[in-house]
Parts: sequence; C-alpha cells; structure tokens
Amino acid sequence: MLLNQFLVLSAVLFCTGVYGVIARRNGVLVLMSVELILNAVNINFVAFAYWHGDVSGQVFALFVITVAAAEVGIGLAIVLLIYRNRSSIDLGQMEQLRG
Amino acid sequence: MVAQNIAFGVIAAAMVVAAFRVVTTKNVVRAALYLVVVLAGVGAQFILLASEFVAVVQVLVYIGAIVVLFLFGIMLTRAPIGKTVNLDNDLRRSGLLVSLMLVGGLVYVLWDAFEDTELPEDGTLFRTSEVGDSIFSTYLVPFEIISVLLLAALIGAIVVARRD
Repeated sequence: MLLNQFLVLSAVLFCTGVYGVIARRNGVLVLMSVELILNAVNINFVAFAYWHGDVSGQVFALFVITVAAAEVGIGLAIVLLIYRNRSSIDLGQMEQLRG
Repeated sequence: MVAQNIAFGVIAAAMVVAAFRVVTTKNVVRAALYLVVVLAGVGAQFILLASEFVAVVQVLVYIGAIVVLFLFGIMLTRAPIGKTVNLDNDLRRSGLLVSLMLVGGLVYVLWDAFEDTELPEDGTLFRTSEVGDSIFSTYLVPFEIISVLLLAALIGAIVVARRD
C-alpha cells in the first residue's frame, strides 16, 4: 500500500466536506460536513502513525474524535436554539450579526 | 498486499460516493445514513492501517453516538422526512470551484512530497495497552484538558438547550 493513497483519499473527503460547508444552508447538514472534514484529518493521523511506527498519531486521532463529539453536542444545541427562536434552521437567514 | 489494496479500493470508492451523497442529497435523513457509510469506511481504513483501537472507538463514538445525535437533531428541528428542495444555498458553484481547486492543489502537493512512498509491509503493531500507556504518560496533560473540555461542552450544551 502506498502512503499517498490514504492521503489522497483523505484530501478528497476533506474537499467534499468543504463543499458541504459552503453549499449547504441547513444547519444540521453543515455540521455533518464538518464531521467529514474531521474524519479526513483522522485518516491522515493514523496513516502517518503507521508510516512512522509511532503511536502518537493514534493518540491524537482519539483526541480529535473526543473533540468532535464535544463539537457536535454544542453545535446541535445551538442549532436547536436557532430553530426554537426562528422556527427554521436556514443559515442564509442568520444575519443579525451583519455589520 | 494485493488483498489489502483491493480492500482499500472497494472501501475508498464506497466512502467517496457516500461522501458526495452526504453533501448533495435532498433528503436530510438520508444524508445522516450516508454519513454512517463514510464513518464505517473510515473505521475500516483504520483497521487496514493496523490501528484497531482507534477503529473500535470510531465505531463506538461516531456511529454509536454522534449519528444518533444527528438523527435527534433532525427530529427535533422537524426536518421533513421526504425530499426538500432548498437545502442548498446559491453558493453551490463557487463552493464547487473552491473544493475542486483545493483537491487539485492538495493532490499535487501530496504527490510532489510523497510520490510512491510505500507503507511498511509489516509495520509496528501497537497493542491497545501501548496506546493507553502513551495516553497516560506522554499525553497525560492533554488528556486531562480534553476531559475538562468534554465536561464543559456537556454543561454548555445543557445550558444552551435548556428551555426557560
């Protein structure tokens, strides 16, 4: 197996996630795209851990999984709050902070 | 080695197709279910890379917990179960442009840097105990900080979502 096949797979997943974050207007779908991005990072960590024969990459992948869990918890709470206040989770309509 | 490459190809193809469906499907619930395919594929790649503990945690935390959270989020925001037309905003074209440029640049840079570097045939295998040793010795402080972060996120989510 080449190192690059894992890295290119992760690059493709990352860019799919970036497209999702830019193009989606539903708050839950944007959070799903962020999960795609974080998973791409994890593939990189584990591939380099295997390549170097070092366990640190695996440990950091575990940390990233933990932070992703915290991020989804907070993110969904915010999305629920937006829905409760505006009865829609269309991010295109969130413009109170526009200067 | 050949078997591993075939497994990689099949899983990677399924993952990429499912990832495209996550960002293009018109059905919110299906997007969450396609996300399960991507996450399971990532877990399978971890096993191919001989990191079975990370793979197990991936399945437990992502597929077991995070996808369920997403489904609850979809349910509580009363998203229609069927097709919805306006899930995408009008930035689709520029989003496509940005991500294509990004993938082109990344693939070029990666190929330039690593070309055909082979992964070691029988690389070092880390048992779960060694991962645990590393967490509780070298990375003890980050581990404790992440525990506090998780607690803060838990309390924060409760406070934010509380109804009063």
